Amino acid sequence: MSQTRRQQLAARFREFLPSESVVDQPTSLAAYECDGLSAYREQPLLVLLPGDVSQVQQIMRLCHEQRLPVVSRGAGTSLSGGALPHAEGVVLSLAKMNRILQVDQLSRSAVVEPGVRNLAISEAVKSRGLYYAPDPSSQIACSIGGNVAENAGGVHCLKYGLTLHNILALKVVGADGEIFEIDQRALHNDGYDLLPLLVGSEGMLGIVVEVTVKLLPIPRCARVVMGVFDSVEKAGDSVAAIIAEGIIPAGVEMMDNPAIRAAEDFVHANYPVDAEAILICELDGTEEEVLAQIELVEQVLKNGGAVETRLAKDEAERLLFWSGRKAAFPAVGRISPDYYCIDGTIPRKSLAAVLAGVRQLSEQYGLPVANVFHAGDGNLHPLILYDANNEGELEKTEELGSKILQLCIHHGGTITGEHGVGVEKLGEMCIQFSEAERNQFHALRECFDPLKILNPGKAIPTLARCAEHNAMHVHDGKLPFPELERF
Amino acid sequence: MPVDIPDVSIEDELRTQISAVAASGAEIEIIGGGSKRFYGESIEALPIDVSAHSGIVDYDPAELVITLRAGCKLAEVEALLTEQRQMFGFEPPRFGADSTIGGMVASGLAGPRRAYAGSIRDFVLGVKLLDGRGQVLQFGGRVIKNVAGFDVSRLMVGALGTLGIILEVSIRVVPLFETELTLAYEHESADQHIRWVNELGSEPYPITASLWHDGRSQLRLSGSEQGVRHAAALLGGDSIEAGWVEVKEQQLDFFDSAEPLSRVSLPPATPDLLPGNPQLIEWGGARRWLCGEVDVAALRDQLAGASGSLCAFRRHAADVPRFHPLSAEMLKLQRNIKSSFDPAGIFNRGKLYPGL
Repeated sequence: MSQTRRQQLAARFREFLPSESVVDQPTSLAAYECDGLSAYREQPLLVLLPGDVSQVQQIMRLCHEQRLPVVSRGAGTSLSGGALPHAEGVVLSLAKMNRILQVDQLSRSAVVEPGVRNLAISEAVKSRGLYYAPDPSSQIACSIGGNVAENAGGVHCLKYGLTLHNILALKVVGADGEIFEIDQRALHNDGYDLLPLLVGSEGMLGIVVEVTVKLLPIPRCARVVMGVFDSVEKAGDSVAAIIAEGIIPAGVEMMDNPAIRAAEDFVHANYPVDAEAILICELDGTEEEVLAQIELVEQVLKNGGAVETRLAKDEAERLLFWSGRKAAFPAVGRISPDYYCIDGTIPRKSLAAVLAGVRQLSEQYGLPVANVFHAGDGNLHPLILYDANNEGELEKTEELGSKILQLCIHHGGTITGEHGVGVEKLGEMCIQFSEAERNQFHALRECFDPLKILNPGKAIPTLARCAEHNAMHVHDGKLPFPELERF
Repeated sequence: MPVDIPDVSIEDELRTQISAVAASGAEIEIIGGGSKRFYGESIEALPIDVSAHSGIVDYDPAELVITLRAGCKLAEVEALLTEQRQMFGFEPPRFGADSTIGGMVASGLAGPRRAYAGSIRDFVLGVKLLDGRGQVLQFGGRVIKNVAGFDVSRLMVGALGTLGIILEVSIRVVPLFETELTLAYEHESADQHIRWVNELGSEPYPITASLWHDGRSQLRLSGSEQGVRHAAALLGGDSIEAGWVEVKEQQLDFFDSAEPLSRVSLPPATPDLLPGNPQLIEWGGARRWLCGEVDVAALRDQLAGASGSLCAFRRHAADVPRFHPLSAEMLKLQRNIKSSFDPAGIFNRGKLYPGL
């Protein structure tokens, strides 16, 4: 795309946007070349930074007229390349639209612009005794608009749900620049329920310009117990045993030995470095309830074969227990030049089998893997350690990652629990979904965006892409896991 | 007594049947147990009974997920869940002994706990669907966290079968509570109740249902013995025998009437817009049942201004549109969505809106 074309388009956008809201200098555009998945990079034609809804509408009208691809972007923390720019399109950054418009104490909701950071919502309503529950690990930085696009999760999903479960209404600018709203503040809407379609649609069905979030009362009490295990299987079974007691923990996280060691070296949380697995289980609620249940959980862990249990004696120790888990990714980053985070989900009962499979693949590829696991909801994050400076190692890592995801599908799971498909998992989508199912996704997309200008090339692979993928991955005329029964 | 749910698949027969219907240009009405057939517009179409498609595909209580063929009877599934000390979080009404899982999902109707635990939509994890081309499609899965592809499975909730025949559905289940307690209070006006119950929402009380009718409020508390006892001590009120099944199944005297029954949906803290009318208010103020003759069109206009809507739920005149009208643009979008699943418009056409 020529510099002239860039200049011509920039001039068109400056007819209604302030000059500084149109980024067209290559040096400035460089900041938008990638999101959290930095292995993929592309320079967009322009980056646009609207300040309000009407500017978003004007931008979309012009893009619609020009059939320009539009990649919307929040804080750029996506781990799947969802905000990777299109070389012949614009990046629509919602970063300037970062105001909390309204907080309603009585109905426990807040209306916010898409660029508001996840954690900023909870901080703004803390004095009212309320908070916004979903807490993806990137919550300091990630924006609510991005959370909606990805249906972001977090460590408290088992009890408090995903982004979808905590959204009451959306205002959306469609591909043609017209506004539509999905309003479920009344806990119901007649007609089709479009909220689950929009939430997690990776910017392909519209530009979210206003979000009404549900707020919850801050739990009065939170306690954490840690179980130390000499096998991952016992740790996994203990999670099932806790649930069998009728307890839904606020969070249950598991780490395997390599992850424990990396975290301990980094934050000194006093983790047992010889353990094969640790479970960190948090309960929250009223003091009476939590105190009764935490004892029960500790007993269940002991019965499940924990070689040691530790009950955090105070808030400082609770945060210390969590510090290692929350720092697991950067901790792994310290011991390896690069790491690649995988995001499969599996039925919990398959944990031991999947981890054994991951270990085998890790040995086969000669790449170490550390595992952190949202054990309550089955979301597994193997972190593959590699060095991008070694010729071919990134490709090898991606292949290993793909094998791990296929293992998740094989065990009745899914290729992405919370990071999204983006550009990263298009190939695996060809395995998880049949051609007819993928066609249905494309047909739905065209209901919202007939010209296919919103985030083209992401999330849903084209027929051609799958033909290419399958040609590459069919060996001896057989697909991997031919016996595979898709859930 | 162990629950015995019939294990019969008629998937192949349904596929053949739908392919033939699609080729002939006929229209069909999907029938499960028939208990919720009153809900939505009446349509003239060939009835197809899918209730024989029954069986538990997968249920491991520790995974908190159950996968069922859509013809399973709701009553039997709930009995099975109870055996495992689990339940559906959304407290679905049956409205009849034969109601099925498919009908439960398609109608999207939920009971008193919905405002506190979530809707059916929130608990559906995956579906297997027979579309209007006679294709079997699967979306979502059997795991709680899954963002691969658009979330088509949840779109089926409340779609009243207009997008296809639900063959199987995976639903998240939750543990039974250790204990429950119902408290009653005198609140003369609906507004008193609405304000009070929404103010309570800012405190972490274990509330799982609320109700106001005829000058009296009720709250249900659920959870651990200690938690419920402690909350009850703080909340005061009179402890009473629970009647939540009657609320859920609409068996209270309030519902036993020859008059039309309307369902008014509003953001929960909205003040009473219908003073003087006989009302029963649930869901912390978000669902307000109205019994009696009303000017539906005028009331819909008034409610729309307050972000609300009205569904002509039961016993309304035949010419009253059942559901709150959509804007022209939204109707067009929803018709396109229907066409993408059901291009010839064979499934329950007109059940929701004209052409939908």
